[in-house]
Amino acid sequence: MLSRTADNLYWLARYMERADFLARAIQASRRLAALPKAYGGDETEWESVLLSSGAALSFDASGRPVDEANVIEFLTFAPENPGSIRNCLEQARANARAVRTALTIEMWESINDAYLEMRALESRGVVPCAQELARFLEVIKQTSLTYDGGAYRTMLRNDAYWFSRVGLFIERADNTARLLDVKYHVLLPEKEIVGGSLDYFQWSAILRAVSAHTAYHWVYRTSMKPWLVADLLILRPEMPRSLISCYESIVRNLDNLARAHGRQGVSQRHARGVYGKLEKLNMESVFQGGLHEFVQSFISENNRLAALISEQYLF
Amino acid sequence: MDSRITQFDELAGADGRTRAPYRKLSQWLAETPPELLASRREQAELLFRRIGITFAVYGAQDATERLIPFDILPRILSRSEWTTLEKGLIQRVTALNAFLADIYGAGEILRAGIVPADLVYRNPAYCPDMAGRRVPFDIYVHIAGVDIVRTDDQGFFVLEDNARTPSGVSYMLENREVMMRLFPELFALHRVAPIENYPDELLGTLRSVAPQRANGDPTVVLMTPGQYNSAFYEHSFLADKLGVELVEGRDLFVRDDVVYMRTTEGPRRVDVIYRRIDDDFLDPLCFRPDSALGVAGLMGAYQAGNVTLANAVGAGAADDKAMYTYMPDIIKFYLGEAPLLQNVPTFRCREQEALAYVLDHLDELVVKEVNGSGGYGMLVGPHATRAQIEEFRAKLKAHPQNFIAQPTLALSTCPIAMGSGVAPRHVDLRPFVLQGANGARVVPGGLTRVAMTEKSLVVNSSQGGGTKDTWVIDDAWSAEEAMGQA
Repeated sequence: MLSRTADNLYWLARYMERADFLARAIQASRRLAALPKAYGGDETEWESVLLSSGAALSFDASGRPVDEANVIEFLTFAPENPGSIRNCLEQARANARAVRTALTIEMWESINDAYLEMRALESRGVVPCAQELARFLEVIKQTSLTYDGGAYRTMLRNDAYWFSRVGLFIERADNTARLLDVKYHVLLPEKEIVGGSLDYFQWSAILRAVSAHTAYHWVYRTSMKPWLVADLLILRPEMPRSLISCYESIVRNLDNLARAHGRQGVSQRHARGVYGKLEKLNMESVFQGGLHEFVQSFISENNRLAALISEQYLF
Repeated sequence: MDSRITQFDELAGADGRTRAPYRKLSQWLAETPPELLASRREQAELLFRRIGITFAVYGAQDATERLIPFDILPRILSRSEWTTLEKGLIQRVTALNAFLADIYGAGEILRAGIVPADLVYRNPAYCPDMAGRRVPFDIYVHIAGVDIVRTDDQGFFVLEDNARTPSGVSYMLENREVMMRLFPELFALHRVAPIENYPDELLGTLRSVAPQRANGDPTVVLMTPGQYNSAFYEHSFLADKLGVELVEGRDLFVRDDVVYMRTTEGPRRVDVIYRRIDDDFLDPLCFRPDSALGVAGLMGAYQAGNVTLANAVGAGAADDKAMYTYMPDIIKFYLGEAPLLQNVPTFRCREQEALAYVLDHLDELVVKEVNGSGGYGMLVGPHATRAQIEEFRAKLKAHPQNFIAQPTLALSTCPIAMGSGVAPRHVDLRPFVLQGANGARVVPGGLTRVAMTEKSLVVNSSQGGGTKDTWVIDDAWSAEEAMGQA
């Protein structure tokens, strides 16, 4: 496969995953911000969304005040925010167009449909109203489902598929980790909790952002505990957005590539290393060393993997 | 359009009686409510937009991707009409190849005084680097898109031989797919000759001209200038159908006169390049040094015989509008046969007498730049303003050798579906001719281009032209009819 094609597929998957994460994060924050202050509803929620989506710096540069309307607009439609949903979708489509031959028609149509819908919304030249915005976020979530389902059901299982999957899981791991990083202060270990918590709705917002609100209850069968929320997002292999689950998938897909190409390389070794560490970990030791420190080091390990992949496969 | 000339409509015929190939369609149209046509038109537009069949227009603002208007009524040729056309097309492309092998080789046609030598050697598309070299199997034009028009039901005229990188074949194929989805009942009624084997035929053609060293299992790639090229959709579509990599210049490199592509498994040798990029941009070392689209050293590898380019470098020397006027002589010279397809009578403005005539009749003629394409740089006399005519008169006087002129042809019309029914519009036809070491072939039909504006003769997509599906159907209608009458 052409290195450029692999690169395009990898980034296409990352942009799609990112758009989906942003849509979910915005929806979750909206819900939280709409609560009375005493329940955690607070404007600071919008700052933390900016942080977890990596858009804080460019938002500051825009000079706008931090409020719900501004942040949502910035994260969703702002052309000047390189990480906005609109730009993710545009980038995804540009990558998809460049590698049309490597995509199935189902995958292309799902991206193209969403893109046309976005263009139609933009072409009116007015800021979309709240209802349209909500609908657009739903479209994005639907698109990532049909895109992903299209890939799963129709793509040949060859390097095109594996590169896409690796891109998807690296982005997903990064998103989950950033969310944890921004919210680590509400996810404290058991002994540090004092009394009933006002953070309850914060935890539930975190779970919603990674579509795990229902999953939590099925896994733990107990009411919400912050350390269990952290456990779910980091160490539970059955939770598809947990760090360990992402790495299990990364290792598997990189191994498929290695088998097809007849050799293991730096990226396979690195991914297996990260996965091995996660497997041996328990939440107690994570909290002992500091959740924040753990997440920081994970993010940089994950970035290192991305760099090694592009080194090994000549992107 | 000169109103004195009778308009030939391919459905209605010259006398207003429905022509045989169109009888079933005509009957079907008469029985079909206009709302149904309107709804199928909407469906068609939706299909094209969803699939992403778009093209780009250079210089158009905020319109990097546009749909080519598609008309849902098929253009129909009978099998016997097609057979004539097919033979003529293969004859023409065979002669084009013989001519190119000759002008880059012995130059016999020049010495015989049939074609003026200066016309060949001063042609900007003539590539001196190719002189004295041979290309595999002496095939220069592997894919030709020959533009055909008709003015009555007698014969066909060739308007242009496109021997460089003709485009449009993806529309031919997609138009058919969309039509089959929209009108299954019409297909059941007509038994249309299939064209879906085109990609296979193309791949076979490309593989057949691979260098010896590929040992019968060549790696073929399709080379595109990139996703901002107007025909990018077609490039990716074809690469997909062929099952070959779609490469850009930056995906290729040359080492020791061998071309490789950069893959995730390291360099892989490339044997045949179906290039959809002009000669000038192929190799910055050889042609335009500012080209970022090409591959440094590609010409070296090509000349060393390690890679085959389709079409060959320099093939454009055979298809400009000045050379066109010599095609009947070229066919006779190499094949010893009379041309099966006629040329449109053409005045070579480089010749004194012809120029004088053209200058006197500018309001009746179509004047074309010898090296122009896409319908640009052209004067349609009967539709031009006085100022436009005077502008061309000045150009002609200054550089007569850059122009040819042709009488305004009464191009045939075909019905298109309109808001309120059907209306005739001018059409042409671009069949795609393949020439490999394994022979020449044409899939039945081609791309019908249609001028969507009333009375317009310009069918180019860059200027608002549209397309239609083109059907070749068996002449069985005559048998059925004979039986029906018996």
